[in-house]
Amino acid sequence: MSERTRDPEPVEQLLREHAPRALGALVRRYRNFEYTEDAMQEAVLSAWQTWSASGVPGNPTGWLVTAARHRLFDRLQHEDRRLDKELAAWSPPPTTSALDDELTPLDDDELRLIFMCCHPALADEPRVALTLRAVGGLTTTEIAQAFLVPEATMAQRIVRAKRKIVAAGISFDLPAEESLLRRTEAVLQVVYLIFNAGYANTRGSDVVRVDLCHEAIRLGRLLHALLPADSTVAALLALMLLHDGRRIGRADAAGRLVPLAAQDRALWNREQIAEGVRLVEQVLIDGPVGRYQIQAAIAAVHAEAATAAETDWPQILALYGILEQLMPGPLVALNRAVPVAEVNGPQAGLDILDALTTHPDAATLGHRLPAARGHLLERLGRLEEAAAAYRKAAALCPSVAELRYLETRLHAVDADLRGAE
Amino acid sequence: MRYLLLIYTNPTTRPSLTKEQNDALSNDYWTFTKEITASGEMVGGEALTGVDTASTVRVRDGKAGITDGPFAETKEHLAGYYLVDVKDLDRALELAAKIPDVAFGSVEVRPIMDMGDAADASM
Repeated sequence: MSERTRDPEPVEQLLREHAPRALGALVRRYRNFEYTEDAMQEAVLSAWQTWSASGVPGNPTGWLVTAARHRLFDRLQHEDRRLDKELAAWSPPPTTSALDDELTPLDDDELRLIFMCCHPALADEPRVALTLRAVGGLTTTEIAQAFLVPEATMAQRIVRAKRKIVAAGISFDLPAEESLLRRTEAVLQVVYLIFNAGYANTRGSDVVRVDLCHEAIRLGRLLHALLPADSTVAALLALMLLHDGRRIGRADAAGRLVPLAAQDRALWNREQIAEGVRLVEQVLIDGPVGRYQIQAAIAAVHAEAATAAETDWPQILALYGILEQLMPGPLVALNRAVPVAEVNGPQAGLDILDALTTHPDAATLGHRLPAARGHLLERLGRLEEAAAAYRKAAALCPSVAELRYLETRLHAVDADLRGAE
Repeated sequence: MRYLLLIYTNPTTRPSLTKEQNDALSNDYWTFTKEITASGEMVGGEALTGVDTASTVRVRDGKAGITDGPFAETKEHLAGYYLVDVKDLDRALELAAKIPDVAFGSVEVRPIMDMGDAADASM
């Protein structure tokens, strides 16, 4: 089977699937991540042209490994300087396109690649960019667009990260048993950062080609396939599937945020939600209880309610109690005020929020605290205070969708106030 | 790969230690040094005397200027170092986390530049 398709879309998908595997094999063999990654980028470009024109080869990964390896040696021969010690060790250059055993992709190459790109010695931004490129198979242009930064900035970020990996001696070996948990946590953090960047930027009218939420889910699926026994990985995948499954209901046609209670649940992606719920049930039976497990469980309870009125608030409240112990801080406390208000009444919720206003980290909550206070004050009929809280929230709000929603609330409260006069 | 583990401490935030605590700290350093010597990872290392004994030299326009002490605004100062030769960054970070003063100050982990790569680093 030498030709499978001439359709460009599947070529792109094939490349995104095979390039990380091929890169993994090359890094394992030749170690120098900076050079091998550069070579793979060139190989991908050339594959894109060749495969689109004359068909996909029978062994796409092997094709990419061979092409990248030739580029690697071309570069070494043309560079007017001493060969890197590691690189010199694998001279002479290949004379055939046949691959030695060491270049056959192994199952854990991709996993090693993920651990390498998400190493905690790298800062968040470069980790995110590098993971999307080396593991996600995205181009620098696509990543730059998705994060709304100039391409040159993104390219620089990736170059620096690659250099640090080489210069600082971040290894391609799998983490030692004793640091595996910490290193896995660092990987999950990167995946969740990618997801949240996509979630925060959800705008219906956008024509950005790359959806970061879907990229994060793709990485989550890959990790889950590579580490099937890790229930924290499964929990994060479930959490992302559940949030993403409800994403379409989050904004109305005018781009205004729609709160959970008012969302049209018929819009939700039921299939994806069902997958998320299945994963949550599994991790809660098998695994330890961590933040992703509990957050996913909360999302599952919301998603399983046929209507907002049928939400199992006591269960959500109990889960928030656990979450607050796992990750204490003002944000979880603020979110817990919602089920508290549902179960014990709006005044009980408001008491929590009022206590938070004097929290030393209250400023990190931004518009969320006054917005949540506005809601509960409105429900308690304290309309003037509610209007003041909504105004304060609107002044602090960074998201257009949420700002529009807050303005709607403010108008409603103002109308009620005028009606009462 | 070789790494320099730079131990920074801040005398104003480091709790004043009793004689017993000080002895315990010295003992911890001795144990740590013995461990990395036994594993063959120790290349070198020294403790430094306080910054009040330091002199800083600069040459500007061909003239050497000497000042007493390091930069005035520096709160954390270099108290000592280890030079280690280890498998990879993960091992260097692991060792850094075992240096007794890491509980009060911080340890900066710097890869030693391979002089053959100097052209690279200046790019």
